[in-house]
Amino acid sequence: MLESIKEFASTFFVTGDPLIYGADVSIALTSLAILFVLTYYKKWGWLWREWLTTVDHKKIGIMYLIASLLMLFRGGVDALLMRAQLALPGVEFLHAEHYNEIFTTHGTIMIFFMAMPMMFALFNIVVPLQIGARDVAYPFLNAVSFWLFMMGAMLFNISFVIGGSPNAGWLSYPPLSEMSHNPGPGQNFYIWGIQISGIGSLATGINFLVTILKMRAPGMKLMKMPLFSWSVLSSSIMIIFAFPILTVTLALLFIDRYFGAHFFTMTQGGNPMMYVNLIWMWGHPEVYILVIPAFGVFSEIVATFSKKRIFGYKSMVFSMMIISVMSFFTWVHHFFTMGAGADVNAFFAVSTMAIGIPTGVKIFNWLFTMFRGRIQMKTPMLWTIAFVPCFVIGGATGVMLAVAPADYQYHNSYFLIAHFHQVIIGGVVFGYLAGIYYWWPKMFGFSLNEKLGKWAFWFWNIGFYVCFMPQYALGFMGMTRRVYTYGWDLGWAPLNIISSIGALLMGIGFIFQVWQISYSIKHGERDKTGDPWNARTLEWSIPSPAPLYNFAIVPEVKGQDAWWIMKEEMKNGEEPKKAELEPIHMPKNSGIPFIMSVFWFIAGFGFTFTWTWMGVVGLIGVGLCLFARSFQYDTDYYIPVDEVKRTEASLGRVV
Amino acid sequence: MEHAVTHHAHDHHDHHEEHEQLKVLGFWIFLVTDCILFATLFATYVVLRTHTDGGPIGKEIFEVPGFVAETFILLTSSFTSGLATLAMHKGNVKGLIGWLIVTAALGLGFIGLEISEFANMVQEGATISRSAFLSAFFTLVGTHGLHVSVGLLWMIGLMVQLGRYGITTVTKRKITTISLYWHFLDVVWIFLFTVVYLMGVM
Repeated sequence: MLESIKEFASTFFVTGDPLIYGADVSIALTSLAILFVLTYYKKWGWLWREWLTTVDHKKIGIMYLIASLLMLFRGGVDALLMRAQLALPGVEFLHAEHYNEIFTTHGTIMIFFMAMPMMFALFNIVVPLQIGARDVAYPFLNAVSFWLFMMGAMLFNISFVIGGSPNAGWLSYPPLSEMSHNPGPGQNFYIWGIQISGIGSLATGINFLVTILKMRAPGMKLMKMPLFSWSVLSSSIMIIFAFPILTVTLALLFIDRYFGAHFFTMTQGGNPMMYVNLIWMWGHPEVYILVIPAFGVFSEIVATFSKKRIFGYKSMVFSMMIISVMSFFTWVHHFFTMGAGADVNAFFAVSTMAIGIPTGVKIFNWLFTMFRGRIQMKTPMLWTIAFVPCFVIGGATGVMLAVAPADYQYHNSYFLIAHFHQVIIGGVVFGYLAGIYYWWPKMFGFSLNEKLGKWAFWFWNIGFYVCFMPQYALGFMGMTRRVYTYGWDLGWAPLNIISSIGALLMGIGFIFQVWQISYSIKHGERDKTGDPWNARTLEWSIPSPAPLYNFAIVPEVKGQDAWWIMKEEMKNGEEPKKAELEPIHMPKNSGIPFIMSVFWFIAGFGFTFTWTWMGVVGLIGVGLCLFARSFQYDTDYYIPVDEVKRTEASLGRVV
Repeated sequence: MEHAVTHHAHDHHDHHEEHEQLKVLGFWIFLVTDCILFATLFATYVVLRTHTDGGPIGKEIFEVPGFVAETFILLTSSFTSGLATLAMHKGNVKGLIGWLIVTAALGLGFIGLEISEFANMVQEGATISRSAFLSAFFTLVGTHGLHVSVGLLWMIGLMVQLGRYGITTVTKRKITTISLYWHFLDVVWIFLFTVVYLMGVM
C-alpha cells in the first residue's frame, strides 16, 4: 500500500530538480499565508460576496488585471531562466528537457494567460464606462468568462509542480505533441488549460460585441464612438471568428491523444501540417486581437495628452476594420517553408505586406495628432511615444520576414524571435501598460507615482533594445530558436551576454512597477475630480472609482469626445440639462460562474491524467450548474432613487 | 404620483423586454461561432476524406436506409419545433409543451439511430483509430450528435420551466433560442448529409 502511494507520488509530483522543490515550498508557504490572512481577518465572507460572486464589470476587470500581472511575473521568470542559460556557451544551469519546458510555458503563459487577461482587464474596466453603459450586455456571462480563464490558467500553471510541464513549444506542434512522442500529462495540461480559458475568451468576444452594438448611450452613433471602444469592437469580431478554430484544433489534438485518432499523427493517414494550418488560422488573427486594443489605447492617450482631437478618426476606424478582415488571410506566412508552392506563398507574402498599410496609416495619424499639440509627458504618453519607433522597427522586420524566399533563411532563427518580441512587447505590452497607467486612477481612485513610473519606463525600454537588438544579428549568424546551449566556436557569446543583460534590465523595470504600485497605494495622489488627465471621453465624467451603477443619469452624447464637449459647454456657462433620477436596474451577484469553473477545472484535471471518472464527474458538475442557472428566475434588482442620491452625495456629486 | 408609479412599472417591463431581445441577439452570435466550429470540422473532414490508409471507405460503411431515416427524422423534428413556436405565439402552453415533447422524441430517435450506426461501424472494425478519414468522420458527425443531445437535455429543462411559469417574456425568449438552435442543427445536418453521406456513397 505504502509502496504504491510512493510510486504514485513520484510520478504525480515533479521531482528531482532543486528549482522545483524551491517552487513547491514557496507555493505551499504563499497558500498558507493567504489562508491564514483570510481566516485571521475573517475575510472569507467578504471575499465570496465582493469578489468571487461579483458580476460587476469593474471588479472583474480588476481581477483580470491582478491575474495578468501575476502571470507576467511567472512568464518573466521563465524568460530570465532562459536568458541565464543562454548567457554564455555551455552553461549547465538548465538541462535540455527543462529548457524545453520553460520556453513552452513562457510563450503559452505570455500569450494566453498574461496578454489575453490584461486585454480583457482593459475591455472590462473601460468599455462600459466609455460608452455610457451601466454594465456589459451579459454580466453573468462576463463572470463565467473570467472564472473560466482563471481556472484554465491555474490548471496550466500547476503542471510545473504536478505531472510535469508541456514541452512541445507554445503552439504544441504535432507529431511532437502526439502520444507517440509525448505520452505524459504535460501536453494534456496544455490542451485543457487553454481550452477552458479559450471558451471564456470566446464568450467575452460575444459579450463585448453586443455591449458595444447595443448598450451605447443615446446620441453615441458608431462614428462618434471613442477609438478604444472601436478597437474592442474590431478585436471582438476577430475573437468570434478565430477562437472556434482554436477550440476545434485543440479538441482534435486531444482526440488523437485520448481516443487514438489519427488527425495529426505520422501514420494511418494523419497529417501534422493540418494542425499547423489550423492553429495559425486562429494564431494569426490572435496577434491582431491582441494588438488592435493596444492601438485603441494609444489613440485615447495621444489625444488626451496632446490636448487635441485624434487626427484622422475615420481612417483610424477603417484601418482597424480592414486589419480585422485581412488578419484572416495571412496565416501561411508562419510556415512558408512548408513548401505549399510559389503561388500560395506569393499570395500570403503579398497579403502580409498589405496588412502593413493600414497599420502605417495609424502610425501617421498618431504622429499628426501630436504635431502642434501641447504634449504632456506623463507616463502613459511616454509608453505611447516609445511604442512608435519600436513598432515601426518591428513592422519593418516583419515585412522582411514576409518576403517568402528570404524567409527560408530567417525561418525559426533568432531574427524571428527578435521580430515577434518587438511587435508583441513594443506593441501589445507597451500598449497595455500605457492603458493601465492611464486608467489606473479610474480603477482605484488614485494615480501611480510618476517618478517611479519613469524609472520603470526607462529600464523597460533600454532593457528591451539591449535584449532584442542583438538577437536580430544572432539570427543572421545562424542561431536558431529553442537551442538550449551552444559552443564557444560559434561566436555567439558576446551578443548573447548582452541580450541577457537586457532581459535583466526589463526585470528590474518590472520590479520598479511593483514598487510603484505598492508605494502609490499608500502615497499616490488621490483623484477627487474623476478627471485627473483633463481627458475627453465619458469614463472621465464620473467619479473615480466609478460607483456600482457607473452613471447615475445616462449621459446624452453630442459628438466625438463627448466629455470634452460637455466640459466646453460648462465653461461657456451652459447648464447641463437636469434629468430626473430613476431606479437603476442591476444584475444580482451569483456563485454559479465560480462553482461551474471549478467543475471545469476538475474535468480538465481528470482528462489530463486520463482519469475518465474524474473528467466525467467534472462535466456533470458543469451541466448541473448550467441547469441551476437556467432555473434561476430572480436574477436582477433595482437600486432605489434614494440610494443613488446618497451614493452620489457621498462622492461629492449633486444630482 | 400615480402617473409616476405607472411610468416606472412600464419602464420595468420595457427593461425586461429589452434584455430578452439582447439575449436572443447574443444567441445569434453564438450560432455564428458554432458555424465556424462546424466549418473547421468540415474542412478537416474534406482534407482527410481520402486518407483511408487502406481501411474502409465511405461507400463500404455508410448504409443508405440508416442515414436517410436519420435525415427525415431530424427534418421532421425541425418542423415540429416550428409548430411548437406557433403554439407559443398563440399562447397555447399545452400545445407548446406537446409539440416540444414530439420534437424531443424525434431527436431521441435520431440519436438512437446514430448510436446504432456508430456501433455497427465499430463492430465492422471501422473505429476512430483506424484511419484519418474515420477520425474525421466520427468527430464531425459525433460533434453534431453531441449538440443534439445537449439540445435534448436543454429542451427537457425548458418543458419543466414552461409547466411552472407558463408563457412569459422570459420563457418565450428561451423557447425562441432553443428553436433557433434546433433549426441550426438541422441546417448543419443538411450539409453533413450532402458532404459526408451523399458524397461518400457516390
